Amino acid sequence: MKLNLKIWRQKDANSKGELVDYTLDGVEGDMSFLEMLDVLNEDLINNGKEPVHFDHDCREGICGTCSLQINGEPHGPDRLVTTCQLHMRKFKDGDTIVIEPFRATAFPVIKDLVVDRSAFDRIQQAGGYISVNTSGNTVDANAIPINKHDADDSFYAATCIGCGACVAACKNASAMLFTSAKVSQFALLPQGRVEATERVQNMVRQMDLEGFGNCTNTGACEVECPKGISLENIARMNREYLSATTKG
Amino acid sequence: MSGLIKSSIARKVVMALSGLFLVFFLAQHFTINITSVVAPDTFNEWSHFMGYNGLVQFILQPILIAGVIVHFVMGIALEIKNNKARAIKYKKYNGAANASWVSRNMIITGLVVLAFLGLHFYDFWVHEIDYKYIAGNAEDPTRYYHETVEKFEPFWRTALYVVSFVLLSLHLWHGFASSFQSMGVNNKYTPAIQTFTKIYAIVIPLGFIFIALYHHFNPITH
Repeated sequence: MKLNLKIWRQKDANSKGELVDYTLDGVEGDMSFLEMLDVLNEDLINNGKEPVHFDHDCREGICGTCSLQINGEPHGPDRLVTTCQLHMRKFKDGDTIVIEPFRATAFPVIKDLVVDRSAFDRIQQAGGYISVNTSGNTVDANAIPINKHDADDSFYAATCIGCGACVAACKNASAMLFTSAKVSQFALLPQGRVEATERVQNMVRQMDLEGFGNCTNTGACEVECPKGISLENIARMNREYLSATTKG
Repeated sequence: MSGLIKSSIARKVVMALSGLFLVFFLAQHFTINITSVVAPDTFNEWSHFMGYNGLVQFILQPILIAGVIVHFVMGIALEIKNNKARAIKYKKYNGAANASWVSRNMIITGLVVLAFLGLHFYDFWVHEIDYKYIAGNAEDPTRYYHETVEKFEPFWRTALYVVSFVLLSLHLWHGFASSFQSMGVNNKYTPAIQTFTKIYAIVIPLGFIFIALYHHFNPITH
């Protein structure tokens, strides 16, 4: 199939970018979206032009590295997949596809479609961990019985790959779904309760410092999340936060 | 404490609590107003009570006005912060693919309702203040019904009220249930809350529209 691509090109963080038109022929339905961009880049390189820069790593939907706002939706029109898992069969011959970087003040563009998502790392570092002595004193995780429902919910929250689609989808560029998933995965387990009060306060404080917007409960994040992280996590984080702040 | 005031979650809780308070007030307001259709004498009696009872006038009314101010000032402050969170906008943003128009445009429906409140305050609250405290008129427990009906004589005012109630309905449609999520309530009762929200968001504004239209088409003949 033949596609008309409108791709955001931006030389560096300080340059003003723009959408540039490309026409790409010979795209197969079995290609992934990133493979389609690989084909485009080979063409560009063969013609002595600068290839389009984009983030990618595992290409199997696990690492959370790939991003891209495709026709106005993070990870494109398909549901529960990352851009690397998006097949070109979702598009038709002659389609125009607008490809932009994830947009948020907290996710500045580095080059072309590559954005700096280290704000997520700093939120995680603010409290997304448990303090355990691992120097020969480790306790078997199964030594503490955990309610199956809580264990499952914690696991579902932990499937967040931190790709940033929630921020990209949200009209307010809010990072509440990401932060709440990272808070929830610990909040639901006894091992995580020890530092629960400080964790939620520190992570929310860091989230606000990074300049993300507020949650207005549109639910766009949940729909676009490639891992299907639920809005229930945001409600849980709100509860955790209110409980933590009233404790002082 | 200063951290709490700046916190995005605390601000959302303030929006939720003030919003729920206004939702509760709306039901009370509707209950009194509907009597202007079914029992004008009761409407006069209740309105007079609300207008001259010290608790209502000097405690509940200031709380209500504070609730309105907190809700819209905080709403606008959050909107400004949210706009800054995406300083460079998308060239193509398909918001309809993943969220309802109503949930994405609370600021628009909210500002229309706020503009309506300006008119509504001018129509009734300013009039009351003038009648009681500036003109210094004596108490008249029978004036409320005909004053209200006369307000709806002009077509333009009735039309503005109707349009505003439609926008209020849209605002409630998202806002009412959303306030529970903001306060951390998302559990087995959530579907029931969402259903109740939809019923409330239709019934109450539709009721207000009915009252406005009823008085417009049934003017007091002099």
